[in-house]
Amino acid sequence: MVAERDEPTGALVRPYAVTRGRTRPRMEIALEALVETTVRGRNSAGQNTTGQGREQQYIASLCDGRLQSLAEVAARMKLPLGVARVLIADMAAEGLVAVYEPTSFDSNNNDAVGTELLERVLSGLRKL
Amino acid sequence: MTSAKIVIAGGFGVGKTTLVGSVSEITPLTTEAIMTSAGEGVDDTRQVPGKVTTTVAMDFGRISIDRDLILYLFGTPGQTRFWFMWDELVRGAIGAVVMVDTRRLADCFAAIDFFEHRRLPYLVAINCFDGVQYHGAQDVRDALAVSADIPVVSCDARSRESTKQVLISLVEYVLTMRRQRAGAPA
Repeated sequence: MVAERDEPTGALVRPYAVTRGRTRPRMEIALEALVETTVRGRNSAGQNTTGQGREQQYIASLCDGRLQSLAEVAARMKLPLGVARVLIADMAAEGLVAVYEPTSFDSNNNDAVGTELLERVLSGLRKL
Repeated sequence: MTSAKIVIAGGFGVGKTTLVGSVSEITPLTTEAIMTSAGEGVDDTRQVPGKVTTTVAMDFGRISIDRDLILYLFGTPGQTRFWFMWDELVRGAIGAVVMVDTRRLADCFAAIDFFEHRRLPYLVAINCFDGVQYHGAQDVRDALAVSADIPVVSCDARSRESTKQVLISLVEYVLTMRRQRAGAPA
């Protein structure tokens, strides 16, 4: 069983050091948005060894051929969510990763797309 | 390719991570968020001199629904004072499961208030520890004063099958509500 960690886990030292102090991402990325390494991202691995290069390379290998959410990338890299978001947004801007936005459900939104997706979720859960 | 999420809420130790782990295809992961200056006024750091960093941890799991759809289950941080994280968690979510331990009912009040305020559909899941349910669903419904249409179900968070049924009940409830609204005269 995994212990629930509800207490603050303590201050991190300069968490945004890997982004050179930038805390605002170039684009908003949802927690559950999916990240996939592009061909360009795979091919450019190893070329950028300065600055954010190491983190970006790790993200590129993590999401190569296996989609992962922003939350998964952050958790697996042991980076705070905000830091991972800045890094992924940079990579998306450079075409190194593709970001697939989640389907958003809004209580005021009755569109057919949402209903169709809910039916897929239901049928997927029943098959589990 | 897209994703969706369901929020799992409830008090500390109610079994959120156990529930997530029972159906997740990955061992539940923990992601951490840091409260930056954007959190000021939400969580009061003004009384503390200098810069204060607070880290909030959330556990989550993942279920591949089909080839093009991944469902994430996010456990809320137990301390409800971390509202800045709850905002992000509920944004765009399908709905929420509010887990209840009948011995500590009050632990879930804040979550229910929050979801009602945000109009996020939710159901109440009574976690039966060691198969023992101390109060009936109707007693819990009365004690929580939730409206009659909100599902109140029992579950065993350790059981994959039981957790699956809780999630199915939630999605069925959300679908029913959507269909009712769509059919209602404008």
